[in-house]
Amino acid sequence: MPIIGVRKAVLDKKLEKVYTEKEFDSLCFDYGLELDEVTSEKATIQKEQGKTVVNASDEEVYKIELPANRYDLLSVEGLAKALLVFQKKHSIPQYQIVRPPVLQRLVVKPETAQIRPFVVSAILRDVTFDADSYASFIDLQDKLHQNICRKRTLVAIGTHDLDTIQGPFEYRAEPPTKIKFKPLNQTKEYTAVELMELYQTEAHLKPYLPIIQDSPVYPVIYDKNGIVLSMPPIINGEHSKITLKTKNVFIEATATDLTKAKVVLDTIVALFSQYCAKPFTVEPVAVENADGSVVEYPMLKYRTESVEVEMINRKIGINLKAEEMADLLTRMCLQSTVANDGRSLQVTIPPTRHDVIHACDIAEDVAVAYGFNKIVNQLPEGHTVGKAFPINKLSDLLRVDIAAAGWTESLNFALCSRDDISTKLRQEDGIKSAVLISNPKTAEFQVARTTLLAGLLKTLACNRDMPVPLRLFELQDVVLKDEKSDVGARNERRLAAVYSNKSAGFEIIHGFLDRIMQLVDVKCKRDGTGYYIRACEDPTYFPGRCAEVVGPKDVPIGKLGIIHPDVLTAFGLTLPVSAVEINIEPFL
Amino acid sequence: MLNGWIELDKKAEGGPRVLRKVESIDDAVKEQLLSIRNGQSDALTDAQKADFKKRKLLVEVTVKSFVLKKGAAFTTSLTKPETDLTMDMLTNGSWREKQFKAYNFEALGVPPASGHLHPLMKVRSEFRQIFFEMGFTEMPTNRYVESSFWNFDTLFQPQQHPARDAHDTFFVSDPAESHEFPMDYLERVRKVHAEGGYGSQGYLYDWKLAEAKKNVMRTHTTAVSARQLYKLAQEGFKTSKLFSIDRVFRNETLDATHLAEFHQVEGVVAERGLSLAHVMGLFTEFFKKCGIEKLRFKPTYNPYTEPSMEVFAYHDGLGKWVEIGNSGMFRPEMLLPMGLPEDVNVAGFGLSLERPTMIRYGIENIRDLFGAKVNLKMVYDNPICRLDKQ
Repeated sequence: MPIIGVRKAVLDKKLEKVYTEKEFDSLCFDYGLELDEVTSEKATIQKEQGKTVVNASDEEVYKIELPANRYDLLSVEGLAKALLVFQKKHSIPQYQIVRPPVLQRLVVKPETAQIRPFVVSAILRDVTFDADSYASFIDLQDKLHQNICRKRTLVAIGTHDLDTIQGPFEYRAEPPTKIKFKPLNQTKEYTAVELMELYQTEAHLKPYLPIIQDSPVYPVIYDKNGIVLSMPPIINGEHSKITLKTKNVFIEATATDLTKAKVVLDTIVALFSQYCAKPFTVEPVAVENADGSVVEYPMLKYRTESVEVEMINRKIGINLKAEEMADLLTRMCLQSTVANDGRSLQVTIPPTRHDVIHACDIAEDVAVAYGFNKIVNQLPEGHTVGKAFPINKLSDLLRVDIAAAGWTESLNFALCSRDDISTKLRQEDGIKSAVLISNPKTAEFQVARTTLLAGLLKTLACNRDMPVPLRLFELQDVVLKDEKSDVGARNERRLAAVYSNKSAGFEIIHGFLDRIMQLVDVKCKRDGTGYYIRACEDPTYFPGRCAEVVGPKDVPIGKLGIIHPDVLTAFGLTLPVSAVEINIEPFL
Repeated sequence: MLNGWIELDKKAEGGPRVLRKVESIDDAVKEQLLSIRNGQSDALTDAQKADFKKRKLLVEVTVKSFVLKKGAAFTTSLTKPETDLTMDMLTNGSWREKQFKAYNFEALGVPPASGHLHPLMKVRSEFRQIFFEMGFTEMPTNRYVESSFWNFDTLFQPQQHPARDAHDTFFVSDPAESHEFPMDYLERVRKVHAEGGYGSQGYLYDWKLAEAKKNVMRTHTTAVSARQLYKLAQEGFKTSKLFSIDRVFRNETLDATHLAEFHQVEGVVAERGLSLAHVMGLFTEFFKKCGIEKLRFKPTYNPYTEPSMEVFAYHDGLGKWVEIGNSGMFRPEMLLPMGLPEDVNVAGFGLSLERPTMIRYGIENIRDLFGAKVNLKMVYDNPICRLDKQ
């Protein structure tokens, strides 16, 4: 969930009231936000970089956690506005597109389709920035980049001082050697090739280089006079950079996902148009696509949806009249009017609420404005009869009786290393039937276990100072590849036990097996109706002390024996161990 | 010389000479020592006694004396007191004459040779019991490997969502893909993501089958809930309450309270006309059985439920509200393509198994609870789990 940091002084100013921490925390809770932390610039640097910066501010900073789909709250401008409308202190802003007689044009060249096909654009006229709003403007772009833009891969934003450049603008894709300009905060010109190298050491730009690095052409936006506005998604040009004195802002967003680009543009202009001389107005830009079509941005669309009052009441479990519901929705920036004799509402969804895509989103907003904690609890009417899942029922019954026999339950990880289920167990082909993980962070998560033995042996190794004999068991799933399953793998419920003492005690583990069979009511018989064990050789076990367990209908269900000394060494064990592992699914 | 009885004349002729100074002497030391001999030990102060002891003129001797009398058990024959009542004593009746050693009631007894259940599994059993008491049926969750289709797409979680990232999810390289899907349902899922429908604007992006086929280690048991709800829609809807408590996998950064694997407790209720109020009611009943009465609900966001809420309980020990679970009503974009009737609402709620276990048993590091590094002594000493007892 995204978190924004806002200076308390700015928050108080924007919310038009000085809040105590408790009051603000309560307001956040009601709206669905969380006051995560109260800190300061100095404390944040201390935590992140571990050093104290003397001239960093001690001033209170509120860190607020937001729902991941509310892009309109990612800056204090949007957050404060939403909260003020929620408290009925402000009315919903009406965003307007104000077309000048002649629009600025942004022409898209066909080569861009190779690397970053889409671009949208808009202009904010006559803005007045101060230090706080300027910082907030930069910060919003950064937050959007990290969230909806998926680290600039889907959308990249560039903002420019319109008075330093001249349209019509061109969005091209050119070979990196051909692109040369002075990038932001630099004093000389670089070619794109040089920039790729230069930014290898720049920690906050390096992650974005791979997005275009290997492409034969890089995206670049020029103005009429060949000035480079930006080379998305990497860096803007120094020439057109925004300063505190900027009055007219040219915004462009290039993208691989057009829908998201539109949402991003709408969000920026909606939130920052409050600083225009004519608040909440935006000037459109005409984007000429490569196929000749011309689209004007931003969309800044208002959508109306009709919702049934009764449907929402039923969904939440309350009983509001149409007028009450309309009022609540308006508090959530969803302007609503009563229609259809009070049976439905016409809800206007503004361009700041792209998160509302279905009537259920509207229903939630009604519930939020009403107050979740005011809803009176009810219990469902329907009658149902509970039932256990058979293999779980069997497992739970067995586990209790196994503990009664004096064995202690172990619970180990289902993911382990390749060696754990192969070389350490002296099973060369151990990996053959295993499910492999493609992106493990460490060797501990390379494969899914095909046996419970590795986990049990590891538990013994971690508890060497416990008094012996140690009797451990585990009754859990292993994972096996299986072509017959729709996903290509299945779980198998196994029971495994280990006995560790000064002598290995084959007869002890054998007695354990006998007890288990007694519990599942299977007699020791060789006529196909019961179980029996027969000698076998298996690399994991000591020669001459290994047997296969054969269950009813002569189906082999597992093995038992004394663990081979080399296996003990591989797991770091010094005492002998005897073990058994069987599949219990046949006993369902 | 100190007492002025004699003096020394160093300058006398024929060498140093000792001369008498007084006619008679009064030997105080002799008097004092004589009085000690006569038994008057308090004729001297402690300081004087210490001084004489130092000068080795006086020796303090401690004489201990005991007065012995015959006790009740006096006997001239030697016998050892018994520690236990034995079969032989019963047989020959000798218990009547024997002496029994006093038992030390202060020490602990001999611990019985026992087996033990794992604490996490004990808590799981308690939750299972609570679900059964509320009429819930257990879901078949014995499948750890899942396709992205069932784990994400059917839940209306978009394909570019960060949770589907390689650094949050474990992707499977072998078997890399699932190959069997209900194709007509899959098409409906594709449509609602890419184009909208069922009253939704949709996400409007290019939905790819290749992405849906990718296998993952399931990130939540909600994937199984999705399969069950689809099955319910195919078989003909009836009011259902389902639950599961099983393992899920997250490729997250590990710390004292987070592991790559943990257990999710999930409940699903499907009923015609189910409302958020019903969900809150269910939650309240469920947690009452866990001994928690005071609940607070906070709106939150979840990609596949709307409305969604976090549930907080007041922890008396910590003195603050603590998050104990998450809940929401599944989105129509998830339910309608499955073929569930329009008036059916489905709610899900969940919590982790590890968290309440760690809080209940005061365990701070999750590795002491789950995995090979488990503290076996903790397992041995762990009490029964009664969630409804404070």
